[in-house]
Parts: sequence; C-alpha cells; structure tokens
Amino acid sequence: MNTGRGRDKGRDQRPVQGSGEGSGQGAGREPGAGLAGATERWVRTGGIELCVAELGDRAHPTVVLVHGYPDSKEVWSEVARGLADRFHVVLYDVRGCGRSTAPQPLRGGFTLEKLTDDFLAVADAVSPARPVHLVGHDWGSVQAWEFATVPRTEGRIASFTTMSGPSLDHFGHWIKRRVTRPTPRRAAQLINQGAKSWYVYMLHTPVLPELAWKGPLGKRWPQILQRVEKVAAGDYPTASLPTDAAHGAWLYRDNVRSRLRRPRSDAYAHCPVQLITPTGDAFLSQRLYDDLEQWAPRLVRRTLPAKHWVPRTRPDQLTSWITEFITTQEEGDPAKHATTRGPYADRFGGQLVLVTGAASGIGRATAFAFAEAGARIIAVDRDAEGAARTAEMSRLIGAPQAWSEVVDVSDEAAMEKLADKVDTEYGTLDVLVNNAGIGLSGSFLETSTEDWKKVLDVNLWGVIHGCRAFGRRMAERGQGGHIVNTASAAAFQPSKMLPAYSTSKAAVLMLSECLRAELAGQGIGVSAICPGLVNTNITATARFTGVSAEEEKRRQTKAARMYGLRNYPPEKVADAVLRAVVRNQAVVPVTPEARGAHLLSRFAPRALRALARMEPKL
Amino acid sequence: MASVTSATSAGAGELTAGLRGFREVQRLAYDCAEAVAAQLKPGVTERAAARMQREWLRERGVRDWFHLPFAWFGDRTAFVNFRIPLQFFPTNRELEPGMAFILDMAPVHNGFTADIGYSGCLGLNPVHDRLLADLEAHRELILREVRERRPLREIYEDVDRLMVRQGYANRHRAYPFGVIAHKIDRVRQRRWSPTLFGFGTQSLKGLASDALHGHRDGWSPLWSPYTFSDHPPQPGLWAVEPHLGFRGTGAKFEEILVVTDSKDPQESAFWLDDDLPHVRRWQEEKAA
Repeated sequence: MNTGRGRDKGRDQRPVQGSGEGSGQGAGREPGAGLAGATERWVRTGGIELCVAELGDRAHPTVVLVHGYPDSKEVWSEVARGLADRFHVVLYDVRGCGRSTAPQPLRGGFTLEKLTDDFLAVADAVSPARPVHLVGHDWGSVQAWEFATVPRTEGRIASFTTMSGPSLDHFGHWIKRRVTRPTPRRAAQLINQGAKSWYVYMLHTPVLPELAWKGPLGKRWPQILQRVEKVAAGDYPTASLPTDAAHGAWLYRDNVRSRLRRPRSDAYAHCPVQLITPTGDAFLSQRLYDDLEQWAPRLVRRTLPAKHWVPRTRPDQLTSWITEFITTQEEGDPAKHATTRGPYADRFGGQLVLVTGAASGIGRATAFAFAEAGARIIAVDRDAEGAARTAEMSRLIGAPQAWSEVVDVSDEAAMEKLADKVDTEYGTLDVLVNNAGIGLSGSFLETSTEDWKKVLDVNLWGVIHGCRAFGRRMAERGQGGHIVNTASAAAFQPSKMLPAYSTSKAAVLMLSECLRAELAGQGIGVSAICPGLVNTNITATARFTGVSAEEEKRRQTKAARMYGLRNYPPEKVADAVLRAVVRNQAVVPVTPEARGAHLLSRFAPRALRALARMEPKL
Repeated sequence: MASVTSATSAGAGELTAGLRGFREVQRLAYDCAEAVAAQLKPGVTERAAARMQREWLRERGVRDWFHLPFAWFGDRTAFVNFRIPLQFFPTNRELEPGMAFILDMAPVHNGFTADIGYSGCLGLNPVHDRLLADLEAHRELILREVRERRPLREIYEDVDRLMVRQGYANRHRAYPFGVIAHKIDRVRQRRWSPTLFGFGTQSLKGLASDALHGHRDGWSPLWSPYTFSDHPPQPGLWAVEPHLGFRGTGAKFEEILVVTDSKDPQESAFWLDDDLPHVRRWQEEKAA
C-alpha cells in the first residue's frame, strides 16, 4: 500500500545521548536537545528519510505524536516525557521538517496522501503488530485527521487525540454549509474564522514566506512566540525553524485549496476521537468543531483555557487527558464511556481541585459540582467528619479520586504543610476555592478585639494563606490555573449589623481583584464570588456580639429560619463558581439581592448607605 | 377516630381492629409497589408506571384514593426544577438503565387509607443506594423525637439538619406546604368517589375538617416547617415522608406513624409496620 514499506527494513537505530554520531545520513543537524533519552532511527519512505524518536518501554501501547507548523517533533518534548512512563512514545519529524529530509521537488511533495504514506511507514516500523494511538497538534492534527478517516489506515489506529487542527474535509463542509445557507450567525462564524486564517492566505503567496522565514521572521519567531503566545523560552523552537517553516508552507499550498474546494464526503473517523480545544486559539474558531459528532461518533470533548501552542504551555494537562483517553480505550470498558457527567466535564475532567470549608454549605456543594464534572477533589475543613463525608460522596458522583484533609485555614503553618503534602502526593492544583468563612454579627462598639481577630483570621487570613501557599505553586508550574475566593454581598453592601464580617469580606474582594491583576500574565484567573443570602449553616454557627448566650442562641435560630425561608440553595452558588472559572469572571454576585446590591453600589451608593442603617428584627 | 388514637395496648402485633385495617392497606400498597417495580424496564414511561399501580390496586378492590398514584423517574425523583404542583403528575419520561424511580400511592381500601412511597432504581445506581441507606437515620430520628413530644416544627428542623450534615437537600420541601408528613384517617366509602387534582375528595374533606378543628385547638394536620406546626405531635395516624435529594437523584420512604396519647413513651408513638421493603433492606444490609 505504500512505497516505502519494503525498504524501511534498512533503518538504523542509535541512542541520542552522548553520541556525536547522532547525525547520520539525515540532514546532518544536531539531535533534538529536548528529547534526552530518546532512541532515534530513520525510516525511509517514498524517497525521503524520516527521523523517528522513541521513548519509553516498547512493550507498552504505542503513542505517535505528530507536530504542526512551523514546528519539529521537539514541540512535544514535555508531553513526550510525561507520557513515557506509561507508553511507548514515538515522535517523528514530518517530511521537510526537523531532521527528516524534504521531497524533491517540493511542489506536490506534501500532499495528504504522501503524509499518510509517511505515517504508515512509521507506524509499521515502530509497532508492526498493534494499532497505535495517534496525537496531533496543528498541522499534525490536520494530517492525522486524514490518517484517521481514510480506509487504508483502518485497524492501524486505536485512538486519535486532536488539538488545534481540523480535518480539511470537515472544514470544507463547514464553509460550504455556511456559504450556501448563511444565517446571520453562520455568516458571523464564517467571517470570524476567515479573519483568523489570515496567515493561510499569506502562505499561498510564492517565495515571500520562504524569504521572511529565512530572514527576519525566523530570527524573531522565538520572541514572538514568547510575547504573543506565552510560550516559555527553552529548547523550543529548534535551530531548524527557518527551513521547517519554509518547507512547511507547501503543506498549505499542496492541500488547502484542493481540499476546501472538493472536501471528501466520506471523512468519517474509524477510531474514537478526543478533541482538545484551546479556548484562546488565535487561528481557529471553536465553532469549527460544532458538528464534529457527525464525523466522529465516538467523540470526547475537552476544553482548555490556553492559546494555540498547548503542547508547550499546558503539557501536564495534555499528558493527563491523553493518558486517560488511551487507558480507557486500552481497557475497553464500555461502562466508562457511558458515565454521564456534568455540564463542564469537558473543562474540569481529571483536574485537581481543592476546596476549603468543604464540610458544609457552599464549599460542599462546590466540591460536589466539581466532582460531577469529573475533577479530583481535595475537601479541606476543620470538621473531619464533614470533610470525609464530602470526599466520599464526591467519589460516588464522578470524582475519579477524592481526599479529605483536616486543616484550620487560619493556621499558616498548617496550610503550608498541607500545600507541601498536596504537591508531593496529589500534584499541583488546577483550581483552588478559598471558601472557608465564619459569620459574626453585632455592632462595632460591642465587638471585642478577640471577635475581630477570630473573624479576620478565618475570613481574610485563611484566604491569604490559601492564595500564598497554593497560588505560588500554581504560578511556579506556569501552566495556568484558577483561584476562587468566596467573598460576600456584604463586601459591597455596608450594614450596621455586620461591621467585622463585611470588613473581612471587602478585604477578600479587593485581595482577589489585586491578585487577578498580578496573576493574569501567568494564565491564572482569580474570581471573587459574592453569594448573598444562601441557605447554609453559617447562620447557625455565627457569633452575635453584645448579647447573652441565650439571646445569641435565639438569634441564631431566627437567622437560620430566615435564611431557610429565603431558601437559596448552595448548589446554585456552586454552579456560579464553576461558571466563573470557565468564563474567568472577576466578581460574581450570585443571588438576585446580591446582584441588586452590586448594581446599586455602582450607580446609587447612597441607597445602599440608607439600607445599611436598617436593622432587621431578629 | 377515637378507636385508633386510644390504641394503648399496641405492643408487638396486638393492634386494634382499626390499626389492623390500616396496616393491611399499607401492606397492600407496598405489595403493589414491589409488583410494579418488578415490571419496570427501560422505556416504560411515568404515566405507564402510574397506570400499572392504579390497575393493580383497582383489581384488588381499591375504589377511592387519598391521592392517585404518582411515579417519578430520573432527576424527577429529586424534583429538579419543579416550580408548580402540576409538575408532580406523571409525564412521558422514559425509564433508562441506572435511573432511580419513586412510586408514590395512597389507596383507600375498606375505608382505611395508606400513603406510601417506594424508591428503587433500574440496575446499578450507587448514589441511590447510598441515599436509601441514609434514610434509616431519619426514620429513627423522627420516631425518637416524636416520643419525646418535641414540637413538630423542631423535629422538622432536626431532620433538615441531619440531611444537611449528610450532604443532601431536603426535597419534601417541594411538596405542597413543604410537608414532611400529613395526617391520614378513615374515609367513608361512597359509591362515587371523585378526585380533585389527583386527590380524593373524601380524603380532602377529612383533611379540611382536621385543619379546621386543628386551627381552633392550635394544631395542624400538615407537618410543615411553618409556625402552624409549632405544636407537640397530635395523636392520630401520620403518613411520614422524608425525601432526600442529591444532585439529580432522590429517594424517600413513606409510611404510617401511629401517635397515641399514651404516657408510656414506647406506646406513645410507633411505626405501624416494621415489615416493609426499606426496613427489610436495612436489616439485610446489617446482617450482611
């Protein structure tokens, strides 16, 4: 079926490490510095030689990683390292890129048919007996879609994970549908994607792209990636970038026009597909994948708040999703596919979420909501029994793993210890929810210093300790994340009833806003949730100053009843928390009264001040 | 019904004729629930399940109802997004594997009323199993506090607190007046027994007259979280129905609690029947 298969028996193998002879008959460049420990070999096919690197135990299932444009296989270095423990990881430089040789002439040498030949040659060389799991990014994904949809590869691909690279055939149909029957929405989608594809038009001009890449653009590309795409400097991009990019232009010229004009109508995937969509992709609209179920019936969707180069910026997340997907396919357990998950399963599946104050109320509901979306949960509270119960129920409703930890958030040393433990045992947090809080009511003049200390220790210092201990580690990892702090509607609604509580929550609100500004550059979002009157037991445990113990008890009961009559469920606040993380919202008032107060605080603060003087009868 | 409420000699098994009648119809209703539950399979709709209950009971002589049978499937067992009472009525929702369901019926047989709730699930549903197991604590709590003669409103709040501690939402709050229980009584047999919004008119009449008398004497036949339930348990028969909800899955039991005016705590309140499916299930779990 492909011309190179008979000849690739003559491939030679040599380890990369510590050998100057790593450069063989190939392009004669230095071996990929990012792939330490890899074994390299050459696969000859269709008159060219492909540089193939392998990591991990060959007895494990094989994963083939295909890079995009203008990259070489080194774009995968961190993901490959993460996958190598569990899988036999194979990477190759696409023809004309990295250390693989280029076809002569270039025109017509990059068609999807030839790229499929290359893939089959590599797959036969590295895993002759078993089908391989395919992972593609950008143009690697575009060509992998071709591999996964043409009949001649059937039985050679066990699964396919795609990111930032649609099938040209699906894309062609997508455009056709929008051109032939344009509704305002469809037209807007078309214009949006048309604008994002500006570089595709540029690459179709002759000679100029090659000149630019070999000249100023090639020189400045690493800085551009760093500044615009937030790709950290390091072993990527490699020195071969100018030629990779110049040759790769033919990927576009050889395929885009012909495929978009006459898309195949039988481009159905013959293997399970996992789609990972970065929401901040500057080149591809998320709408491209709206009808993907039609082409790939066994589709698993994932979304990631990141830009285009996810293999560089979010390697840990990719590693975990690819591992989970492949493991599920290998185990072939149909029950696992059938588990229905919450509305944000695509976003939070497998992520690590820590919630403080998780033994009751909003914290517990939030833990459950994340658990339902498939996240791994760490439930933290002073109340050991409640936290354990939260963790246990979380596992019941979909959390792959859940733990409970007994920690007082106001204790800095304990929080630091917890952060260390979480880091070593469970991993770096993806979402931190600083929710623990206590209530305190009573006039300012009757609030003692101890009362002040207590409420500030938990409500404010608890949040500070959480953000310091876990936020630092999140920032150090450099792969994004999110921090949610539970403030309160009392943060912007003054009241003579709640001076200490409101002060602590206003501080949390401002802290969140400042932290949001600070961490924005590192892809970490910070949200402040302002729930309002929610039916939780904060009222039953709140302290009322300046009254006898008996009166305090009476007021607690009365307040609990009042909140019970209002009956705003904590589950709705939990939904707001998840939504805030997904949309990266800064300040989220939840109940209607909280939203009203938030609005008034901006447009009619005097009305709020008048309300502040009122004293509800308790 | 004086004959019922003065059942002071209600030890194990020695029930008055009146209580025996109630127990029989309660057993009949639970038999119906088990028979119908055994016939449920994927694709059966709530309406079909409700009809099956109705026909099963009619064949066995039931002519009047406290309320017509209800059936709730899937997330309707937790009354997700219920805003108006009409949503309680059976719909065309189809049963799917792994779905939880609740059958709730209140037949009147020979003038005796029962009101029962039966929770089950089709196939495996660990969440549902957990909910059902956790209901046991509520059955014990309610009986204990009724024997202590605590005000009904406080018992309601204690049940609420236990649910919150367990991590569940209180779903009986969704019932009319948010009741966790209501009184039931004997009903006069008529040749024609019409229903009004699913409730038997005879039973409604009884409830209304109780409400009127209670209003004068400071009690209510509805056991709710509101001030009108701020009174010690009133002797009589109470159909108690704690209903737990947890993220789209609900579970409840409903059975008759007998409250008497006896001074002896053991006889002042007791569950009419301890040989019911959910109780047997808990005993089996303990034995296992």
